[in-house]
Parts: sequence; structure tokens; C-alpha cells
Amino acid sequence: MNNVHDMGGMHGFGAVEIEHNEPVFHARWEERTFALTLAAEALGRWNLDMSRYAREQMPPTEYLRASYYECWLWRLRKLLVERGLASEGELQTGRAESKAGAARPLRVEDLPRLLQNRRGARMDDAVAPKFKAGDLVRARNLNPIGHTRLPRYARGRQGVIERDHGVFVFADANAMGMGKKPQHVYSVRFPARELWGPDASARDSVFVDLWDDHLDPA
Amino acid sequence: MATDPSHPPHPLDHEPGEHGSPLTETQLRVRALESLLVEKGLVDPAALDALIDTYQNKIGPRNGAKVVARAWVDPAYKKRLLEDASSAIAEFGFVGLQGEDMLVVENTPKAHNLVVCTLCSCYPWPVLGLPPVWYKSSAYRSRAVIDPRGLLKELGTPIPEDVEVRVWDSTAELRYLVLPERPPSTEGWSEERLAALVTRDAMIGVAKVRVREEGSR
Repeated sequence: MNNVHDMGGMHGFGAVEIEHNEPVFHARWEERTFALTLAAEALGRWNLDMSRYAREQMPPTEYLRASYYECWLWRLRKLLVERGLASEGELQTGRAESKAGAARPLRVEDLPRLLQNRRGARMDDAVAPKFKAGDLVRARNLNPIGHTRLPRYARGRQGVIERDHGVFVFADANAMGMGKKPQHVYSVRFPARELWGPDASARDSVFVDLWDDHLDPA
Repeated sequence: MATDPSHPPHPLDHEPGEHGSPLTETQLRVRALESLLVEKGLVDPAALDALIDTYQNKIGPRNGAKVVARAWVDPAYKKRLLEDASSAIAEFGFVGLQGEDMLVVENTPKAHNLVVCTLCSCYPWPVLGLPPVWYKSSAYRSRAVIDPRGLLKELGTPIPEDVEVRVWDSTAELRYLVLPERPPSTEGWSEERLAALVTRDAMIGVAKVRVREEGSR
């Protein structure tokens, strides 16, 4: 969806300020929000792509005003309500009005399996690639109301397949509950001038990881 | 201990509510959420504590620094790292969540690499830990792709005109680690001593590794 989370190339956000000796968390509520999100995700009621999509639906004025973990908190509350694991009223009071049904919470002994898991979104399905390294491609001009990992700044732009990463879950479909739709992901090299015009450096490039369904031959 | 040893204890003591001052709305919401989910049997507080401990104390940029130092001293390892980063990094046991499929991009005298996630905050957790605030900021995410040279200059890493800048936008489930250039005058240094030079920011691509920066950031 075309919301403010897709901010590559926007102006006006000011200087990047690097905090020296930054702590991992800045407050206890950030720690708890982080851990609650991971533990709730482990219940298996939504996938990582649905989780990203939920955060993108935060109204733009709120998204830009909120701190990072405030966005996480907003997302977790939204997903819990949407999946029927909690009601708005329960979130307000912190008191359960009904049981959540049979769910097995994440336990300490589950952490090695969760944290050391080496299987991410890569899939074993034998799907033929549509492109190979060196192919000239054009990113499709897509503007779905749902989730997409094709950033606005690359849409309609021409690039070159740098590398075929193999077969992965297609995030755009998986986020919408439309299945994994396994397909190849490529590193696509877009010259800076193709993206940003003649004022950009002729030497520089932006590499974007895109799926078969994001690309056409150019 | 994988966190940056220069990190001071973090300032939880100064959080509102810890000394009798009123809790913020956000703090109240998080407390309500945790007690609700515990009461419903959806989360186990001990698992939450263990998750926090893991990312606060056990996983962080010292992991990535070990990978970089190994690549600097061991050409065969470097070759494996550039060809199959996930397996080469797994040799250290650095695997798992948000690092299942890794790529390492090498800085050279001719090319400088910079990693960003313009759409959210994708970051290689097993080797760098959780991302710093600036990496997740609108300022960084918006600018890294359109003006990497201006951004790098402001951050103290100007890139000469004849050096190519490659920006990697983490839009899929590949996670990127920059292999910085080994600084001059470090011939004969041990892997451990080299690792102490390698900063988180250098492995994202917003800084270079310098001998005089030992122990910082």
C-alpha cells in the first residue's frame, strides 16, 4: 500500500543522528513490547508478512509521530484484536473477559528452536526462474492497496538482474493470506540515474530484492 | 558476551514511573497488554525475560565483528563468506531469526556498500543484534537510497567521486552485512585484536574501520 512507511527517496526528514553508545532498548516498556511481539508471533496466528502489513496500516500521521516500539505496540494490539485473541476492552483494562482458547505459549525451552531456526522464507519448491543474471528488466507499476515489497521509487524503472537468490515465499501474497506463491527473488540493480535523474551519480546503484511477480522483461 | 562492551548500563532507572512519577500512556498500555496476555495464557513472562536477555546481552555487533576479522585474516574463509554467507556465518554459530539468508557485500578501493531497509527495519539480527534507532529512522530510510553520498559525508565518511556507491535495500528476506576494508597498518594483528576495531556502523556501511576508533561505537 502507498503509505508513508514506503519512504525511500522522500525529503524533509532532517539529519541522521547516530546516538553514541546507544543501549539496545531505551526503556523497559520497549523491552516488553519487543518480547511480547515475538512471543505473540510464535502463537502462529499470523506470519511475518502479515505483521509487516499490519504496521503499514498505521495512519500516516500517527506512524510518523510514533517511536519505533510505539509502532510495534500499535501493531501488536491491532493483530490481537483482528485475530480474536483480545478485545479492545481487554486491552484497555488489562483484565481478561474471556479465555483465549487452547493456545500453547512460547516457553523458555522453545527459544533455542525459535532463535536458532535456520529456515526462513526460502522454499524448496522447484520453480523455474523467469530471469537470469544480466537480464534487463522493468519493475512493474503496481499500486496494490494491500502489502507489497516493491518500493514506489523502483516502480516502472529499468534495472538489471544482478543475482538470482533462489525461491522464496512471495511476501505480497503471504501477507494477504493468499498463500506462499513460491517464486524467485532477485537482486535487481537500478542505476542511480534511472531512479533519480541526471543529478545522481553516474557510478552509483541501488540494489532492490524483488520477486518474479514484480518484474517484466525490458 | 556479544554486545558492544562500550555500551553503558542502559537507563531504565530514569524511566518515568520508576520513582513514583506517573506512568506514561504507553507504559500503561504495555503493562495492561502483558498482564492480559499472561492471564489468557498466551505468553509466559519467563520466556519474555529470556528473549530480552538474549537480544540485550548475547546477540550483538561483536558477532559480526568476529566474522569480519576472520575474513580479513583467512582468505579461504573470506571466499566462503562471499559465496555462501549464511553457511560461512553459521560456522560461528550465528544463525536464526532475521539472519536465515545472509549476503555479505565487500567494500573495496573501488566500491562502497551501504545497507538500508526503506520499507521497515530489516536488519541482520544474528550478526548485528537489534538495529539502532537511527537505522530505523525516517531520516535514514528516506535518504539512503536517493542521497547516499550526502548522507555518508554528513556522517563523516565522504566517498571519493571515483568510488562506486552501492546501496542495498533489504526489501526481501535477504539480510546484508558489509565487509569493510581492513585498515592499513594492521599487518600481523591477531583476529581478536582486529575484531575489536570493527564497529556496527562499519558493518552497515555508514563508517569505515579505523585503527584510532578502537573501542568506540
